[in-house]
Amino acid sequence: MSERKQIMTADEIRRALVRIAHEIDERNGGLNDVVLVGIRRRGAPLAERIAAAIADFEGVRVPVGQLDITLYRDDLMLRGPAPLVRKTDIQTDITGKVVVLVDDVLYTGRTVRAALDALTDLGRPGRIQLAVLVDRGHRELPIRADYVGKNVPTARAERVEVHLREAGDAEDEVVIVRPSADG
Amino acid sequence: MPTSSTERSRRRHVIDLDDFSATEIEEILTTTESMKEVLSREIKQVPALRGRTIVNMFYEDSTRTRISFELAARALSANIVNFSARGSSVEKGESLVDTVRTLQALGADVVVIRHSQSGAPYLVAQHFRGSVINAGDGRHAHPTQALLDLYTMRERLGQIRGVHVLILGDVVHSRVARSNLWGLTRMGARVTLCGPATLLGPPAYWTATWPEVTISYQLDEVLSSADVVMVLRLQKERQQAGLLPSLREYTRLYGLTPERLARLGERVLIMHPGPMNEGVEISPEAATAPNAVIEEQVTNGVAVRMALLYRLAG
Repeated sequence: MSERKQIMTADEIRRALVRIAHEIDERNGGLNDVVLVGIRRRGAPLAERIAAAIADFEGVRVPVGQLDITLYRDDLMLRGPAPLVRKTDIQTDITGKVVVLVDDVLYTGRTVRAALDALTDLGRPGRIQLAVLVDRGHRELPIRADYVGKNVPTARAERVEVHLREAGDAEDEVVIVRPSADG
Repeated sequence: MPTSSTERSRRRHVIDLDDFSATEIEEILTTTESMKEVLSREIKQVPALRGRTIVNMFYEDSTRTRISFELAARALSANIVNFSARGSSVEKGESLVDTVRTLQALGADVVVIRHSQSGAPYLVAQHFRGSVINAGDGRHAHPTQALLDLYTMRERLGQIRGVHVLILGDVVHSRVARSNLWGLTRMGARVTLCGPATLLGPPAYWTATWPEVTISYQLDEVLSSADVVMVLRLQKERQQAGLLPSLREYTRLYGLTPERLARLGERVLIMHPGPMNEGVEISPEAATAPNAVIEEQVTNGVAVRMALLYRLAG
């Protein structure tokens, strides 16, 4: 058996995303050049939610895209079967824009590294920023987030799960799963 | 959550589609779509297979398949080396197995092989520690062609299940037809084989392996119910071998002529694996008709091969 602890409720997720939406607006002095790009899979619905929050208080619809980073991973050879590749879908030209990458959990930083490579193959953004719902520490690369929903100290053995309704989960929440000694 | 990829096992070789499940084919077609997106970018290259070495071993002439594999490997940042039997140690009498052992010693991760002998890729797979992809062997199989055909059908028609595919022409000599039979039947398509008896053989030969397949010797009886007409290349040597009275008669009875084209619905796909003998098995009008997807097949071939290389070596 493993132990499971809720660290964010649906309401806390909602408030964190609204706050991030405001911070993106403030930090960039407006939203004119902002493009939100969610890293698949769970960054994609989060990017949509931030865009919806922005539309609520600013009345503007910022462009949203989805980025699949599978083909840019640095651990392909270390894993078992090759992970399924999903489609990258960014309709806006990102050159010169402020691209805000959105992901659910920031951990080692390797996903973000791959995302930076993938983005620069698609264009040359003026600036790239990073928004994450949860920063759980344990970075292996010099990467930090510009917008963080919640900082959560974790042990490496623990797993942080972000559940989102758009991803087929029963409810919105963030949980920490701690494997017990007997696995 | 069942999203973990560790539940799937890693495929090592692609020899034919007979050992592919519908689920695996579906996954490959989905990956192909993602690869097409990569090929639509300004920078048509991703680093997924950086540092991997792929060898194209072509013992038989080929333009589109060889170049297609080469482009696919490069788009995934792999190293690709082209080997052709001419000018190699094969001319000094080196056997296929020795050649493969040499390539292995040189560090090849994937061997792509085209050979006139059915079974050559299977033999290579038994002596090679990496992965083998069959790029066409004798009359046996051409799995990457069948996958790109499946992808093209799904992209154009939305689905494969229930679609009626007419495979027309020199079926008995065709590795394209055999691999398509595996793929199409597994994906739930309805298949009719049509051609002259000398190029089709007895129905029992086909139904022993694919019981659900329909056989016809009369093109005009089956043409109207097809959703896809897959025209096969007629090798002109077949006439010299006495299998055909004349090419003109073949065209009259089994060619996709302008008259037959006019009877096809506008939504019926016309496919051909190439190279075409225009004016024999297919008329120029049919080959360039709005519903002909022959060039799309070639384009999709690169993305399908990327999906396979990634699946084997990623």
